[in-house]
Amino acid sequence: MALLQISEPGMSTAPHEHRLAAGIDLGTTNSLVATVRSGDATTLADQKGVHLLPSVVRYQADGVITVGQAAKVAEIDDLQNTIGSAKRLLGRGVSDLKTLAGQLPYQFADTEAAVPKIRTIAGDISAIEVSAEILKTLKIRAEASLGGDLKGVVITVPAYFDDAQRQATKDAARLAGLKVYRLLNEPTAAAVAYGLDQGEALDEKIIAVYDLGGGTFDISILRLNRGVFEVLATGGDSALGGDDFDHAIAEWIVQQVDQSTAHTPKQLREILVEARRVKEALSHTDVVAVTVGHWQGSFSNEQFMPLVANLVKKTLFACRRALRDADIDKDEVADVVMVGGSTRMPVIRERVGDFFNNPPLVNIDPDKVVAIGAALQADVLAGNKPDTEMLLLDVIPLSLGLEMYGGLVEKIIARNTTIPISRAQEFTTFKDSQTAMTVHVLQGERETVEENRSLAKFALHDIPPMVAGAARIKVTFQVDADGLLNVMAEEKTTGVKSSIAVKPSYGLTDAEIETMIKDSMLNAKADRETRKLREQQVEADRTLAALDAALACDGEVLLSTEEQHTLQRARDALVASKQLDTAEVIKTAIKTMEAAAEFYVARRMDSNIRTAMAGQSINKFKD
Amino acid sequence: MPVTLTEVAAERVRSFLANRGKGVGLRLGIKTHGCSGMAYVMEFADEVDEYDSVFKSHGVTLLVDPKSLVYLEGTEMDFTKEGLNEGFKFSNPNESGSCGCGESFTV
Repeated sequence: MALLQISEPGMSTAPHEHRLAAGIDLGTTNSLVATVRSGDATTLADQKGVHLLPSVVRYQADGVITVGQAAKVAEIDDLQNTIGSAKRLLGRGVSDLKTLAGQLPYQFADTEAAVPKIRTIAGDISAIEVSAEILKTLKIRAEASLGGDLKGVVITVPAYFDDAQRQATKDAARLAGLKVYRLLNEPTAAAVAYGLDQGEALDEKIIAVYDLGGGTFDISILRLNRGVFEVLATGGDSALGGDDFDHAIAEWIVQQVDQSTAHTPKQLREILVEARRVKEALSHTDVVAVTVGHWQGSFSNEQFMPLVANLVKKTLFACRRALRDADIDKDEVADVVMVGGSTRMPVIRERVGDFFNNPPLVNIDPDKVVAIGAALQADVLAGNKPDTEMLLLDVIPLSLGLEMYGGLVEKIIARNTTIPISRAQEFTTFKDSQTAMTVHVLQGERETVEENRSLAKFALHDIPPMVAGAARIKVTFQVDADGLLNVMAEEKTTGVKSSIAVKPSYGLTDAEIETMIKDSMLNAKADRETRKLREQQVEADRTLAALDAALACDGEVLLSTEEQHTLQRARDALVASKQLDTAEVIKTAIKTMEAAAEFYVARRMDSNIRTAMAGQSINKFKD
Repeated sequence: MPVTLTEVAAERVRSFLANRGKGVGLRLGIKTHGCSGMAYVMEFADEVDEYDSVFKSHGVTLLVDPKSLVYLEGTEMDFTKEGLNEGFKFSNPNESGSCGCGESFTV
């Protein structure tokens, strides 16, 4: 007999069509999976009743892969084959290893591939594969707990994760057989868990998320505007966490205990374990008894405060900097959300509350709050909530870009970017003395203008006449929470501006969007060829324009009739090659013409230098 | 014959309702599809409909529409755990057969 859950009014599912969804907090040290059952978001435990899954994977020679606590226990004895910080490597390239390798105890394989691989007894393993094992374990746990297959999941990532790191996280999920509804920023998930997105007021508000984990500290400043979260700034310290607070207590214990004898590593480890216990106990009581060997003493929150004042100060300094980056005054912060087990310490809560003049939100278990937020979001995305409660977090359905010379499209904002978003890029003029520029805004995934959808066109006039490539024109694409696109172009030296507003998704159905994406997949190869061809055609135009300009200037003076004919023939050959639809042919013709014109270029340079020197010597004589 | 909850089930429903923050009770019903004829429906209720039968069981208000009631009379609902899975279970005296999964049944 299947076990049933309570649905929202009118949202019951047919038998065997349950919309099972889960939220996953894929952490550096621990991971969690959570789900919504009968309207209640909870994290899911394993058979032993343990919720936290250590993010550790061990590979053995016989192909056996162990995940979680069992792997963590083996870590000390089998360091090379037990991988514990895969998240730090996710989406990183081989070139990033130099900075990271020092912190990680693994042997990296010499590989040609762009993705670094860790050499284990079971073969070379990438961070994506390690993360996939963790996700698989959580998938199995969730499906056993829900009594069916997961339809989709929401996985959280740090707000500072770049596109490569986000893509790697998605790849790991696909490898684990999970459908990802969406990646969600960890601080946003925490804010969602507290229902901060569900408020009555539509006015925007600022939320600070203070995340102090075991080994890392992150502060994020978010802006919530009509259900849409925007990350204004992030900051923190990747080497500051709860462990540092343990060490502070451990040092105090070492000072109290008889100092006449040196401590053995074993004793030091015992002291550290006791320090950790004392720290955790101080979250519930003010004074704790301390026992190390024969020594006994007591330790209070009052003693703890000054010991860790500097550590707390460091985190608050990062908060201040993030606020400054976001250009936000700390009194503007409406809510402060606490994330990470270390925020259970009363000293942290007190000081953070004092800093923001606002008591932080602490009702939800800080270890679980991110997973719970992800579960709530997954429940909505799976379709278990009525539409009225739908979150407005949204993404751009198709890439937005600009027409470049030669009919190619330069993408400014990639598809699936969450809105609101603002991206800018600098462009320049193609021709000498060009005084105007047409800005053609396009939508789609293909490489050429014809294959994309034209959204708007406007011109930027009054660019001061300059040589080609000297003007600096900044084009900014800005999509607000409603999907409204604003494009602004500005010539930087004069400040001349022009702009236009468009609604990019207007008139496009889901099916059309899907077709456009599918076409870009099907035509990927042809598009690449077209792009190559167009690039060479543009290059040919540029070379021809340069030659024509030079000939008009001093061709008659510097070249004999015979030489002019030679260049003309090379020029004609290049013009003819442009008509052929082969990038390679045009490329060769450009090379041939450049070779033919080499002597002319050299002669022009000589002539220019002569003129310049002549001018100078006259000046000297005048002086 | 009333529709009832076991004490354990009532406690869970109360806690889920409190967690949701709104709602007048729990609606139980029948949908006529599924692999074996009919399927149970269990939803939070935000209002009582005109023709609903209203039952009280361990402090929980249960609402059943008249079409469903003929198939649910005498049903008791329990809350159980099976391995990692947990949820509600119906024991319905009208049920004469169910599909293997237990999500749908015939009378």
